[in-house]
Parts: sequence; C-alpha cells; structure tokens
Amino acid sequence: MTRQLKYKDAIREAHAQILRDDPRSYVIGLGVPGPTGIFGTTKGLQKEFGEDRVFDMPASENAMTGVALGTALLGRRPIMVHMRFDFAVLSMEPLVNQIAKWHYMYGGHMRAPLTVRMIVGRGWGQGPQHSQSLQAWLAHVPGLKVVMPTTAHDVKGMLIAAARDDSPVVLVEHRWLYEVTGLVPEEAYTTPLDKAAVVRSGTDVTLAATSYMTLESLRAAEMLSGIGIEAEVVDLRSLTPIDHVTLDASIARTGRLVVSDTGHSVFGVCAEVVASVTETAFENLKCAPRRIGLPHLPTPTTPALADLYYPRAINIARAAAAMLEAEHRLPPEDRSRPGGWLDAPDPSFTGPY
Amino acid sequence: MDRQISVDMYRQLRRIRLVEDAIARRYGENEMRCPTHLCIGQEAPPVGVSAHLRRDDLVFSAHRSHGHYLAKGGDLKAMLAEIYGRATGCASGKGGSQHLIDLACGFMGSAPILASTISVGVGAAWAITMNREDRVAVVYFGDGATEEGAFHEAMNFASVKKLPVIFVCENNLYSVHSAMEVRQPERPVAALALAHGMPGHTADGNKVEDVYALAGNAINRARVGGGPSLLEFETYRWMEHCGPNDDLALNYRSPAEFAAWKERDPVVAYRNLLAERHTLSEAQIGDIDDDIVQEIEEAFSFAKASPFPAPSELTTHIYPPEARRA
Repeated sequence: MTRQLKYKDAIREAHAQILRDDPRSYVIGLGVPGPTGIFGTTKGLQKEFGEDRVFDMPASENAMTGVALGTALLGRRPIMVHMRFDFAVLSMEPLVNQIAKWHYMYGGHMRAPLTVRMIVGRGWGQGPQHSQSLQAWLAHVPGLKVVMPTTAHDVKGMLIAAARDDSPVVLVEHRWLYEVTGLVPEEAYTTPLDKAAVVRSGTDVTLAATSYMTLESLRAAEMLSGIGIEAEVVDLRSLTPIDHVTLDASIARTGRLVVSDTGHSVFGVCAEVVASVTETAFENLKCAPRRIGLPHLPTPTTPALADLYYPRAINIARAAAAMLEAEHRLPPEDRSRPGGWLDAPDPSFTGPY
Repeated sequence: MDRQISVDMYRQLRRIRLVEDAIARRYGENEMRCPTHLCIGQEAPPVGVSAHLRRDDLVFSAHRSHGHYLAKGGDLKAMLAEIYGRATGCASGKGGSQHLIDLACGFMGSAPILASTISVGVGAAWAITMNREDRVAVVYFGDGATEEGAFHEAMNFASVKKLPVIFVCENNLYSVHSAMEVRQPERPVAALALAHGMPGHTADGNKVEDVYALAGNAINRARVGGGPSLLEFETYRWMEHCGPNDDLALNYRSPAEFAAWKERDPVVAYRNLLAERHTLSEAQIGDIDDDIVQEIEEAFSFAKASPFPAPSELTTHIYPPEARRA
C-alpha cells in the first residue's frame, strides 16, 4: 500500500465510497455541490451521485441541522458540511439540545445517526469569526461523538466510521491539514472513533496533541531530539472519550506531558486532558503537565498579531525542554518563510504523515 | 358533518380535557415530578387536525403536547407512566411530560425549546418526499415559536422543496407571561406564510369543526404534493403556563379576558352543538364520560403501580447499543 493522497482528497474519496455503499446516505451543506466543492472535498460528487444524494442548502444552519435530524429519524444517513466551524455555531441548538439527546431522552426509541463536518480556518487573516476551533464545546455535551483526524488516512477512515455509526458524530477538520499527504488505502475502511494513536515513540516526554497541533508536536519532537530529548507523540484523534489507555501508557513510559490543541487552553481540550491525567496517571507524572493552546482572546486578523497568537512547535519544544531543565539548549526557531509571515501553512509540513 | 367523525371528535376533546383535569387534580401529590404544561382550553386544534391524519402520518410537538399526543393515538398509560417517571413510560422515564413519544402511532417526539422540533418535522417531511410516500408531517407549536429564527428557516426550506408538512400554530396570546403586544407587530401569525411562499390561514381554535375544515384542506393539499401550509388557531390556555393551577393572581392577564375565553370552552361548545343537532343524547354523553373516566383511572393505576427505572438505566442510551457505552 503505497498510494499517497492529500487530506482533502481522502475526504472526497470517503464521501464517494459512503454514497456508493449506502443508498441511505446523502451529503448536504452550503456550497457542497458548488464549483469549488468545500475546498475540493465534495467537488464533483453531485455529478457523480445525482441531485437526490448531494445537496446545496439555504444558509439556515440551525433549521437545516434539525431537518437533517428529521430525515435521519426516517432512516436516512445525512452528512452535513460547514465550511467554517464559526457558521456551525448557528447549529448549536439542534446539535446540543436535540441531536445529542434524542436517543437518551426518548428512552432509546430514537437514533440520530448524523455526521457533521466542521472545518477550522486559519491564516491569511481569517480573524475572529473564520478561525474558531470550538471542539471543546461539543465534547462537553454528552451524546455527541467528536473526533479530530490529523492524517489523510484517519480522516478517510473516521468519516466512513462516522457515517456507519448510529450516533451523531462531529468531525473537526483543520484547514491547514488539507494539502498534507499521507498513505491512504483505496478501499473503504474505518478508523476507530475512540482511539488515540502513538505516532512517534520516545522515552522522555509525551507530547499529546489534536489535529494540526500533532504536526507541530512532531516538529517539536525533532527539535527536542536535536538536544538529546526523545519525545513520544500521541495523536489524540478522539475527544469522546480521551483514550486514556493509550495516553496513560505513554505517560507511564515518559513521566512528562505537554498537551497541545487547536482551541483555547482555558476550559478546553488541554484543560480536560491535564485534569483527567492527574486523576488517572498522577503517580506516573514526574512534573506538572503543560498546556499549549490558544490564548484567551479572539483571533486577531493582521499577521503582525496572528503570528504572536498561534503557538508553534517551538512553544511545545520549550515547554517539554523546560521539564528537563534543557530549554537553554534549544536552538533559536527557524522562522524563515516566504514573505516572512507565519500566516500560511508551513510549506515543510507536506507529509506523508 | 359526518356523525361518526363528530362523535369521535367530541370523545377526543372530552378525553383530553378529563386527562388534563385528572393530572391537575393529582399534581399536588408531588408524585408527578416534572414540569407539566397542561392544554386545558386548547383541546380543539389537535382534535380537528388529527381527525384527518392516518396512523402512519407523523406529528411533532413542543412542550404543551399532551393533547397532540393523545389525539394522534398516543398510549395514555405510557404517557402517564412517563410523567410519573416510571420504567413503563413512553420514554422509560427519561423524558417526562416534555418529551412524549409513541412511534407506533407516528407521534415522533416533543421538545420544549419552542421552535426546535419544527425543523425536525420538516426533515421528516423531506424524507417522506425522498421516499416517494404519501404521508404528511404535522408540526405543532405556539405563538412564541414564530419569534425564533428556526421557525422561519424551516418554513423557508419547506416551501423551497414543497414538502408535505402542515405548520400548526396554536396562538394562545402569551409566551409564558409575555403578551403578544410586546412580542409581535399587529398582524396575524398566519400572514407570515405569505413571506415564505405558502398559504396561511387563521381560524377560531376553539371551534373544532372550524379547525377540522381548515386542517382538511391543508392536509389533503400536502398529501397530493401541493406543499406546505401554515394554520393559525386562536385559542387560550386556562391554566398557568406550567403546572396545575390557574394563575390569575399574577395579574398578567385580566379576569375579564379569562372569563370571556372560558365562556368559549371548546369542549362544552361542541357538546352543546352536538346535543342541538341531536347527534348525541344526554345518555350517550354520559356514557362517553363513564368510559373515559374508567380508562383514566386504569391508566393512573398502571402508572403508579409501575416500577421506577433501575439504577443501571442511568447510563444506558447515551449512545445506541451497538456503539460504545460511556
């Protein structure tokens, strides 16, 4: 198996295989059948599968999410796509009050097998309302499953797993992963929705991360390796639950933890991981864990401020090195980028991952 | 008016009234431990609408749902057991009065966030269309729901797709304690239909035959592919927003207004009409009551004798069974 696909093309392939394999399934979202097809992830699907399987929709994120639920109650399997998480904020009522609860509050008589894709924007001045990464909101609500695939392999496998799952599943996709390549099998396959993955082995510190921050953690691990620190990198992948079997086993090996997430640290995924690890693996921790997430302020638009706003590999590496009193040994960060700004995906993060 | 339909509608009106009366009477025993929104005074819309519905047609409702559930054929024992929080309840006690469900008769659920089930009903109607079936979906809601954006979004989509859905607004003039004047401009709720490209009609929601006539047109139209309609029924809630008492002491509505609406009791009005027409005799009216009272007593006995859910039920149904449990 040597075929490489970009993350965005792996999503499109998953969509096509779901539509082919399950006649109950359909894809819906503003712009889904449009000329650019949600950054390529739904491009051409309507032509291939027809207007009764692939739908555009009114800009009514709230009601259309309820509509998707209504179709799911009658046996359809909707996949709804939001070009930005920030627009999906308009769908919180049906997601949080209804979809998450219909199975439980009707005593098991109802199922809400929806899949919702939410894309997190970043860079080129996406600013306060085109870049939010609010996965912690969703993971806080019982009844939803929330996953954050990092690799092209996992996004395909998790989208197919979500479409086959009888629970509502939200995939949070980071836009800066879309051009990154990975090895992707051609056939339809599933990736578990509740398991983390160790993506680099190490003995000195565990770098746990979600989504794009996993790539920054891998880069941080390279930096740390240069000064003799071997980091283990755990791609959390699932938020519901946090896979403590995998994570705590890693901490048992390393005794140290730095957690990175694409959202805000405060009350966020990092906070939950650190809190739960101190409950489940406290005796294995040699020092206090650290969080690397967004500061508690809205995303600024100008690159002059956005570059200060987003943490990077160097921040993760420094946090880890400090635990080993080796921060001073880290070389200065290489910030050379075209144009000098850091507001575009790192061109050296191309994969395969 | 067909005699059998008239008698059935009267029986339904009376049954809903007596069930709600019985709940109100026993609520103070503090054994029905959930918010309970009684529909006394508002019995006619669900009865007139349901008289046209097939068992496989679908109904969605909000918080004041007992009448909608019962008129569609929802199981009374399961409803009362649900309100009593018992394992035999229609939602195993996990939903309560605000989350009734009976899939066997097409009562697809109810939820109290005003407009939130409207879009779900529209989605069901869309699935009906996709499946090329001739069923219809009815969504019930109050005047307050028409102030939430999701109502307009759902109306818009239903109209774009010409879906077999009937939007039924029971306008009882108050959202909890807030009067129409402070919430909406002076125009009928039904006028909103025009903005969304569908017919809208207003009728006296306390006259069950007026409801029946209007609902018949809208449901027949939807069933043959004519698309959605909005029906507004003017009616009045007798009890407090939530709970078993009247609430005149709160002074948000006048005793004169309340008395005027009580004069127009939809159940008594229809009984008198059927007596006038000699459709029902005094003896038959009495027999209907006797049957209903007996059914209600049996249902309360069933509910109160039913077990509470086992502690293990706390963590079941978070996710569907083939999926991972928490």
